[in-house]
Amino acid sequence: MRSSDVAVMAAGSTATAVDVVGATKIFTVAKGAQVIALDTIDLSVAPGEFVSLIGPSGCGKSTLLRLIADLDQPTTGSVTVFGKSARQARVDQDYGIAFQQAGLLPWRTVAGNIELPLELHGTGKTARKARAAELLELVGLTDFADRYPEQLSGGMQQRVAIARSLAESPKLLLMDEPFGALDEMTRERMQNELVRICAETGAAVVFVTHSIPEAVFLSDRVVVMSPRPGRIVDVIPVALGAAEDRDDDLREAVGFFAAVSAVREALHGTPAGGAAGASAARGVETR
Amino acid sequence: MTRARPILLGVAGVVLLGVAWEGYKALGPADGVVVNGLTVLPRTSDLAMPHLVTMWTRLGEPVTSAAGSPALWEAVVKAAGFTLGIAAVGWIIGVVVGMLLAILMQRFRTAESALLPWIVLSQTVPLIAIAPLVSGWGSQIRFGESRWQDWMSVAVIASYLAFFPVSIGALRGLESPEKAHMELMRTYAVGWWKTLLRLRLPASVPYLIPALRLAAANAVIGTVVAEVSIGLSGGVGRMMVEYASTASGDPGKPWAPIFGAVAIGLIAAGVVALLGLVLKRYRRGEVTA
Ligand SMILES: Nc1ncnc2c1ncn2[C@@H]1O[C@H](COP(=O)(O)OP(=O)(O)OP(=O)(O)O)[C@@H](O)[C@H]1O
Ligand SMILES: [Mg+2]
Repeated sequence: MRSSDVAVMAAGSTATAVDVVGATKIFTVAKGAQVIALDTIDLSVAPGEFVSLIGPSGCGKSTLLRLIADLDQPTTGSVTVFGKSARQARVDQDYGIAFQQAGLLPWRTVAGNIELPLELHGTGKTARKARAAELLELVGLTDFADRYPEQLSGGMQQRVAIARSLAESPKLLLMDEPFGALDEMTRERMQNELVRICAETGAAVVFVTHSIPEAVFLSDRVVVMSPRPGRIVDVIPVALGAAEDRDDDLREAVGFFAAVSAVREALHGTPAGGAAGASAARGVETR
Repeated sequence: MTRARPILLGVAGVVLLGVAWEGYKALGPADGVVVNGLTVLPRTSDLAMPHLVTMWTRLGEPVTSAAGSPALWEAVVKAAGFTLGIAAVGWIIGVVVGMLLAILMQRFRTAESALLPWIVLSQTVPLIAIAPLVSGWGSQIRFGESRWQDWMSVAVIASYLAFFPVSIGALRGLESPEKAHMELMRTYAVGWWKTLLRLRLPASVPYLIPALRLAAANAVIGTVVAEVSIGLSGGVGRMMVEYASTASGDPGKPWAPIFGAVAIGLIAAGVVALLGLVLKRYRRGEVTA
């Protein structure tokens, strides 16, 4: 057993799933020009918590996710995942990730793609097969196990990618617009499934989306961001109830619509002073 | 139908070539076409351009008039088998060396900048120059009882030509995975070796197949030419030289080993095509190189 594992056990469940403190990410582009993709971001995600990132294109949602995934390093500030550095968390395989693009390996079948992380980490063949079958069932692609990605629609590929991200039952899921390519029906079904999966596995989720209803339906908290420089402008607590009783009825509930308009207001920055005041009233941390 | 198409086209190409040959022979000027003292097209005499029938029937006749001499086609098949064997050895060595070089260059940037110019430069050295060098070095090598053989020199020269397209093609292929796939492997925290096996090598197959085909052609050409310049008898290379000297009295004969060489080339290409079939699932979105 790795020493880091012991450290986590010692830390127990008190360690937050994700802790971003004062993270700034500056990209230097051509001719030395600088893009401030993220400006002193503070964000903390509790174990089992579902947090959505929402904001206009280019506000740094993907960048923030990449910092957490240790695919990029912050220019200043720190990112901690389950009490360890983002790098250590990646090495320990503490998270599963689904990108904006499915990114399946074209020479592997659907089942083969889902099994990839298991195979790379030395899970036995029978265990792998069983797990892949389970996940295929979950994303409704059992009949497509032996197909190749190119024989699937974009939405189906994305579902395979989601199944792949769940393969090792991670305690943290990082998802970058995973449902962007799905039709509305599949999308709502996948949302329901995701809520169920999170309830079952107790995984924390950082979820990037462009859809306000989606963010509200799924999340415990919705983080609203603004671009140039990428900042968190508001954090709206949603908490529409325990995962178990979130179902399609919820999509028509009054609280749902209230939260949707709260997010919309924060997103559009109206009423001007109101957003800050409202969030302060809700006791929400704002930067 | 779709499968028959390339075969039909291939046959049509051969027929067309034959018609062109006989057509020119029948209608072309007897002294050939000469422009500014340069012979652009050959003479149409039976000596320079024997009839296809002559070439064909000659195959069935004995090699020499000596008693017990085997049929010409038998001798050619034997020689072609010999050459094909050496070419295969050369191809395999070339593929292994080319792959290893490509992997080394992929792994270490410095290796790439240090090796790549030399790899490209290596192909500008004419075969005629390296043939005596290789056999010279080979003659100083001994493995216990057994000694370096001339055929080994030929195989080494064939591999010298074969490794080049493999190293270049494989390097391109190994560096072909998309950023998204590389990052996926990074999120799985797997090292270079597993990334090589599970991502880079499979992704390189579409680049590798055309490279292997080129390498096969190079290995065959290299073997035939090296047989001549090293003076190794038994293969079609040497046979071409021998038979060419008898051409004046027997114009059909020199064509036999040429057909043998063509057959070797076809077999080599066929083997690579077969390999391509085996690796079919890695070839989605093949690049043409
Ligand atoms: N590798 C990079 N090099 C330079 N600039 C970058 C890089 N990655 C992102 N950026 C810049 O950082 C900013 C934030 O990009 P990011 O991809 O995080 O936006 P996003 O919120 O995910 O947008 P979208 O909703 O369109 O996916 C953009 O202005 C982008 O141009
Ligand atoms: Mg993005």
